[in-house]
Parts: sequence; structure tokens; C-alpha cells
Amino acid sequence: MNLSLVVWRQKGAQTPGRFERYEAKDVSPDLSFLELLDVVNEGLITQGIEPIAFDHDCREGICGSCAMMINGLAHGPQPAVATCQLYLRHFKDGETITIEPWRAKPFPILRDLVVDRSAFDRIIQAGGYVSVNTGEAPEANSIPVPKKDADMAMDAAACIGCGACVAACPNASAMLFVAAKVAHLGRLPQGRVEAKQRVDQMVDAMDREGFGNCTNHYECMDACPKAIHVKAIAFMNREYRFPRRKPGT
Amino acid sequence: MRLTSSLGRKYVMALSGVLLLGFVVAHLAGNLLVFAGPEALNAYAKKLRLLGPGLWAARLGLLGLAAVHVVTSIQLAIENRRARPQPYAVVRHSASTLAGRTMVLSGLLVLAYLVYHLAHFTWQTAHPAVAHLTDSSGRHDVYRMVVLSFQQPAIVLAYVLGVGLVGLHLSHGIGSSCQTLGVTNERVVEAVRRAGRLIAWALFLGYAAIPAAVLLGVVA
Repeated sequence: MNLSLVVWRQKGAQTPGRFERYEAKDVSPDLSFLELLDVVNEGLITQGIEPIAFDHDCREGICGSCAMMINGLAHGPQPAVATCQLYLRHFKDGETITIEPWRAKPFPILRDLVVDRSAFDRIIQAGGYVSVNTGEAPEANSIPVPKKDADMAMDAAACIGCGACVAACPNASAMLFVAAKVAHLGRLPQGRVEAKQRVDQMVDAMDREGFGNCTNHYECMDACPKAIHVKAIAFMNREYRFPRRKPGT
Repeated sequence: MRLTSSLGRKYVMALSGVLLLGFVVAHLAGNLLVFAGPEALNAYAKKLRLLGPGLWAARLGLLGLAAVHVVTSIQLAIENRRARPQPYAVVRHSASTLAGRTMVLSGLLVLAYLVYHLAHFTWQTAHPAVAHLTDSSGRHDVYRMVVLSFQQPAIVLAYVLGVGLVGLHLSHGIGSSCQTLGVTNERVVEAVRRAGRLIAWALFLGYAAIPAAVLLGVVA
């Protein structure tokens, strides 16, 4: 199949960027989207053009590196996958695909499609952890965890910190990311102890980074490659108001 | 919890919004007395006026709520704009609605309409022809003011647009407040969103029924 790519090219953080058009001729529909960029880059290198810079690592949807906006959708049109798991068969032959970096003030562009997401690291540093050593896994029945809590914690823990929620949010809000961490740790007994200070500190850190404010559009949930539900945001809203006392509620 | 944080101000928005919604519902309930005839509506209007300090407390309360709601929303909207200085070249929406994305605009238009609406029915300065009417028992004739007003198509158009914007605003606002106040979960989040839209439609139709009834001659 043939595809036209319109790609954001930007040399560095301080230099202005612009879109460039590249043609991908006779590519297999079975290529992943990142493999398409690899093929295009090989062509660019033989022409003496600087290849397109993009983040990628595991290429199996668990590292959260491959961040890009494809035709206005974070990680492209397929639901619940990262860009690395998006295949060309989901596009039409001859289609023009616009590829942009995540756009949010707290995610400054470093080069082309690569943005600096260390704002997320600073939010995690503010409280997204359990500060005591919990030792080995305890005997399974010694600390009962209600199924409701275990389910929500596991769903939220699927967050790979890719930033698609911020990229897709019309307000560039990081609520789904922060809520996922708050729900993941706050619903389990080990994380419960520090729940109150965690949510306060992480919200403060989120605000300090300059993310926008949540207006409940729910674009984040559709964009999330792990399909994390906005129920996590409702949980964080409750936690912020008054932390719950009893498990399973 | 700090009320000045992003989450705290979302709470301020949701709570003030819910309380203002309470007024929109109560106001509609009062207005619908027009269908019960001149006696019921004029007596109700008189009763409200006789509340005296209570009426003023309610008015000041509503004014305060509206001020908080508007000022906070503008502050949040400016921050949201700053959070994405460079927009995307291609914008696609999958979950958000037009109502949700135009909350600031619909809210400000409602505010503008509200000023005119007060000038029309409360201060009675916008349309002198229908102002300061009295009925046979010497009360302010609200009924005749409403009927004479809504016999003019331009007033009806402005009114329907105004309550239409209120409906649009609420169609996102009701569901959104529930999520902000944390009363939703996975099972009900979509139902809450739909119920919010339904309530907004019901309120719009309730308000729009009044000029419609006057134009159709049901209320005369």
C-alpha cells in the first residue's frame, strides 16, 4: 500500500518546527506504525535527510514510549493500543496521515516527535509510591483485599505513563494519569496508609507542572492504550475530598 | 484539600453549578404556574415579594454563586488554554461533546441573556409596554406581562435561545458535576451522563412550553 505522511519536524526545543511530507511507497499492510517510520527513515537516510526522531522501546505496548498523535488521535485510531501495536491495515491505501508530537506545555518538544515527559516523573516523586519496605509477598489469606479494590487497583496499575491522556485532553490535563496512580496505590492495604498525603501531594505536583484542569470530556479514556476508566478520576475526586475509611467502598 | 488547587476549584465549580441548577428547577416550577391561570401566578409572585429580607438573601446568594461560578470558570479556562500553547494541526474528538467543549461560551451567553431577562421581567426596563401592569386586586399582573411579552416573536426568539443555551450548558454540566463530586463509578458513569442530558432537555422543554403555549393561544 502507499501512504503519504505529514510529519512534524523540529530540530530542537528552541527551534521552530514545521510539517514535512514524505511518501511511503509499496509498504506492507502488516507493518506496525513504528516499522513504517523505520522504513521511511531508511529512505530518508539514503537521501541524506535527517531521520524522524521518535521515542520507542519495547514495541509490545508496555513501556509507554511510542508517543505520537496520528490524524488527531493519540496512538492513532485503534482503541486500547499503543502506537507500536497499531498496524497499517487499519489505514486506507493512499491515505494521508498527519503525525504530530504530544502538545502540552509541561511536555516540551525535544526533537520532532520526541517530548520530555519528566513532568510525570516529578508527579510520581511527589507521592506515587509506598514509602515503606513491604517485604516479601505475604501469605495470600493474611491480608484480605476486597475484590472490588483488587479489580480497581489492577485496572489502574495498567497505566504505562505514556501521556496519551494529556495529549488527547482538550485542556491538556493529567487527571487520568494521576488518578490511575492514586487509585492503584490507594485501593491496596500497603498504599492505603499514605493515601491522604499521596493525593494531596500528587495533585499539588500536577498543578505545579502547569497541566490543564479536568472538565470531564473523557477523551483521555478513549485515548488510553490501556483503556483506563474515568472511574479512577471519580475515585481521586472522592479521595481528595475525604479519604474513605473502609475497604471495598 | 485546598479549594485553590485544580481539584478544589473543580469542586467549587460543581457545587456552585448544582446550587444554581436548583434555582433553575425552582424557577421553572414557579413559572409553570402560568398554566394554572392569572390568579395562581400573580398570588405566587406576590408571596415571593412579601418574603422581604428572605427574598434579598436568596437574591444575594444567587448573585454570589453566579459570581463564584463565572470567575472560577474563567480562571480555569485561561489555565487550560495556557496548558496547550500550540494547538494540533489535526483535531479529532471521540468522547467529548460540543456542549462540553463550549461551556465557557454557552455560560457567558447565558450570563448576557440573564441581564436582559432581568431587565425584561424583574427591573421591567427593557420592554416598557408590558411593564408595571396591575390586576383587578391591585397586584403586579405578572400573568399579563408574560402573555403580552410572548405575543411578540422577537421576545420569544430571544427567550428560546436563552433557555436553549441554559439547556446546552446543563447537558454537560449535570453529568460533569456528578463526576467531579465523585459520585460516579464505572457502572453508572454513562447513565449519569445520559440522565444529565435528559434533565437538561426536560428543563429546556419546560421553559420553552410557556412561550409556545402563549403563541398557540393555550395561555391567553
